[in-house]
Amino acid sequence: MRLLPAAMLVLAGLSVASLTIGAASVSILEATRDPWAALVLMESRLPRTLAVILTGAALAVAGVVLQALVRNRFVGPETTGTAESATLGLLAVTILFPASPLWVKMVAASLAAMLGTALFVAVIRRLPMREVMLVPIAGLVLSGVIGAIATFIGWQTDLLQYVNGWLMSGEFSGVLAGRYELLWVAAVAAGLAWFAADRFAILGLGDSVATGLGLSPGAVMRLGLAVVAVVTAMVITTVGLIPFVGLVVPNIVARIMGDNLRASIPVVAVFGAVLLLTCDLIGRLIRFPYEIPVGTILGVVGAVIFLWLLYRRPAHG
Amino acid sequence: MIRISGLSHRIGKSAILHDISADLPKGKLTALIGPNGAGKSTLLRLIGRLEPLQSGSVTLDGADLSRTPTDQLALRMAVLGQQTAIASRLRLRELVGFGRWPHHKGRPRPRDLEVVNQALAAFSLDDLADRFIDEISGGQAQRAYLAMTVAQETDWLLLDEPLNNLDMAHARSLMARLGELVRVGGKSVVTVIHEVNYAAAWADHVVAMKQGRIVAQGSPYEVLTSETLSMLYDTPVGVGSHRGRPLVLHHV
Repeated sequence: MRLLPAAMLVLAGLSVASLTIGAASVSILEATRDPWAALVLMESRLPRTLAVILTGAALAVAGVVLQALVRNRFVGPETTGTAESATLGLLAVTILFPASPLWVKMVAASLAAMLGTALFVAVIRRLPMREVMLVPIAGLVLSGVIGAIATFIGWQTDLLQYVNGWLMSGEFSGVLAGRYELLWVAAVAAGLAWFAADRFAILGLGDSVATGLGLSPGAVMRLGLAVVAVVTAMVITTVGLIPFVGLVVPNIVARIMGDNLRASIPVVAVFGAVLLLTCDLIGRLIRFPYEIPVGTILGVVGAVIFLWLLYRRPAHG
Repeated sequence: MIRISGLSHRIGKSAILHDISADLPKGKLTALIGPNGAGKSTLLRLIGRLEPLQSGSVTLDGADLSRTPTDQLALRMAVLGQQTAIASRLRLRELVGFGRWPHHKGRPRPRDLEVVNQALAAFSLDDLADRFIDEISGGQAQRAYLAMTVAQETDWLLLDEPLNNLDMAHARSLMARLGELVRVGGKSVVTVIHEVNYAAAWADHVVAMKQGRIVAQGSPYEVLTSETLSMLYDTPVGVGSHRGRPLVLHHV
């Protein structure tokens, strides 16, 4: 178990880098004496760093839970219609009850995301078991269809800007204190997943095994869907769609340490945070002081990692 | 005793089981035999509550299956279904460890680890304990699942074709182990067996099924006769005798 401390050390180093890098030229070491530096640190740099870490960790955990639920490694919360369904829920509540408070919108987004993911699960249950690659394809098709509906409604109601804001590749440049705190809800949901880790691992062995061991597969499935939905809904409403983290990180960790989720979920969370923070830093440095959205960087980095995973996957089963 | 009464089951429009009633004796090794598609696996899965009952009832030592909470049933019976390819990447020790889940619900105690080690040893998996299940052979994986089922330490074991993927030596040692669990450990085992000679050599009680109905049940000598088996499999089958047990000559 030296993997976890090592990854946490890397994360600590990246966090310090993230706190010191930014367009405003201030020294955070001066924060105790310089009120301007303290303001930048507390209102911008720290919230941004926390937002990236929370998002990366929560999305990676949502990914590993989703992969255990559907018993397929080639899916993530961004390829199963989850994000698009959350968008649809937000859109519905924005149109029907425009004055509703934030928590109502969040609940609506989470419920819609859960329904959309449940629809995905219902669809793939009808696919032949051996056709492993049909699962991600079905997810992409479903995402496309639900996304198209959201775009159409957004266009009809002049809310296309919002829809694009939620579904376009995410970025953290707008994160300030007071505008990222919902991500803590995502982190709590991910923590809940760790609490129930054994249940998800057992469900990953099949409904029969789970029933035989006295679990109710339906109840575990609902709990898992709730975790995935809440994480995805909070992330897309706060920073937009972040691709690849929920897909790639669980694969890397499973390759190293397997699917004993009780042991692997903390590692998945830290790896997710490290990957996202690395990409965010690259995006902030590559044309400093301007920024490239982290989603774009992730698209490149994530695709390379995923191809590498696919090609070095040994031929088992 | 497992008491099955008036059990019928349909999948879509096709009837799989027709009004089955039977008693499976406690403290015995019971073999379910019959041709492909006879409904053996379905019957086993219904007894093991892996499928919901459509009609009829099953009681386990007097407790109605449909009214007993599933986590309590997991302490009284362990079920091993037929394994399909699984995507999970677990170490054998972790997989067998999940057999203890009904007892510790996520907080293993020293006794749980001890039982897991015993189960691994009983199926000669000690050397493979830290290997991933997707990196071992089908027979080794089958033994790991059996070890997990045994580690559950229940009075009843329901096994669906446990001999699948096992070579001669491991198949015989599994049957000997099941026999020992029954005679020494006081357990009750119900198992679907494809190769009737394993039933002939090891079972105390045999239930023969055909087309969703029970056509014969009783001791191996009562059920495994030339007449019954020829009718059961629609092919002439001779039966000899070996060491005081029936020997079914279906391959010549």
